Amino acid sequence: MPESLLTIADKSFSSRLIVGSGKYLTNDLMVQALEASGAEMVTVAVRRVNLSDRSTRSLLDYIDTSRYFLLPNTAGCYSADDAVRAARLGREAGLSNWVKLEVIGDEKTLFPDNEALLEATRILVKEGFIVLPYTNDDPITCRKLEDEGAAAVMPLGAPIGSGLGIQNPNNIQIIKAASNVPVIVDAGVGTASDAAIAMELGVDGVLMNTGIAGADNPVEMAEAMKLSVKAGRLAYLAGRIPRKMYATASSPIDGIVGS
Amino acid sequence: MNIVLNGETYKTAGPLTIGRLLFHLDIDRRRVAVEHNMNVIKKSNYDSTIVHRDDAIEVVNFIGGG
Repeated sequence: MPESLLTIADKSFSSRLIVGSGKYLTNDLMVQALEASGAEMVTVAVRRVNLSDRSTRSLLDYIDTSRYFLLPNTAGCYSADDAVRAARLGREAGLSNWVKLEVIGDEKTLFPDNEALLEATRILVKEGFIVLPYTNDDPITCRKLEDEGAAAVMPLGAPIGSGLGIQNPNNIQIIKAASNVPVIVDAGVGTASDAAIAMELGVDGVLMNTGIAGADNPVEMAEAMKLSVKAGRLAYLAGRIPRKMYATASSPIDGIVGS
Repeated sequence: MNIVLNGETYKTAGPLTIGRLLFHLDIDRRRVAVEHNMNVIKKSNYDSTIVHRDDAIEVVNFIGGG
């Protein structure tokens, strides 16, 4: 079955799975998991160079940038100013104007600060960035982000790293129905079925990190996620049957022996 | 002279370009981004941007993240 591409701004990706590069025990394991995931876009964080130990290899020694499109994030930023600063540094380090914009409002939940997120989006869009904001599963915030020029909206399925799955599928569907930009469910996926559920809601893609990196076997989980994102997308396109309270027989009722 | 490099005091022999500073630090300029007094410096300007006493320099790179 021909599968349409995931297109964000001026780029198209054949995989609807976007993966993070954090939390792996080793970089070699990360590389294998990236490979198994089939993802083409990989998020990275921007951090100070370790000046006291120059022997460690750079992440870019491991990730083949001719194969993977790097999406720098602004993780760990708690104000619009800090996020804008991190985005500008990420652009210079990676030489692309794409950013996964995170402005965190609270350490415990890592929920976004909507006001600051909107402000940072406004500033970065003006500076020519392709902004992909990580946001609450709130349709109004998503609409405002789109109005500010976000290239996609990325509502959370559940708190970052929680593995709770899609907590508010109805909101995700409302966001998808109201959006004119791609909707990527970002965060909260714990296992393959969560990713499939997200895709069955009709969203354009899923972004995850901990769900793969934190699994006992990240490489196998990466493959499971690849398959579930594909399966969920296909099921969405195929059109599921309506939910009914009672049974409908699968076998014909005519010609039953003894009737 | 002293500068503030990634939040720590760092001694240099005197004013120098960002390009020279990265060279001294044994850092591959292709792999990093540099901020000079809160302004991101384009790679093409590393050899023309001078770091002076008490300037704040941030040198960042990509690490794993979600």
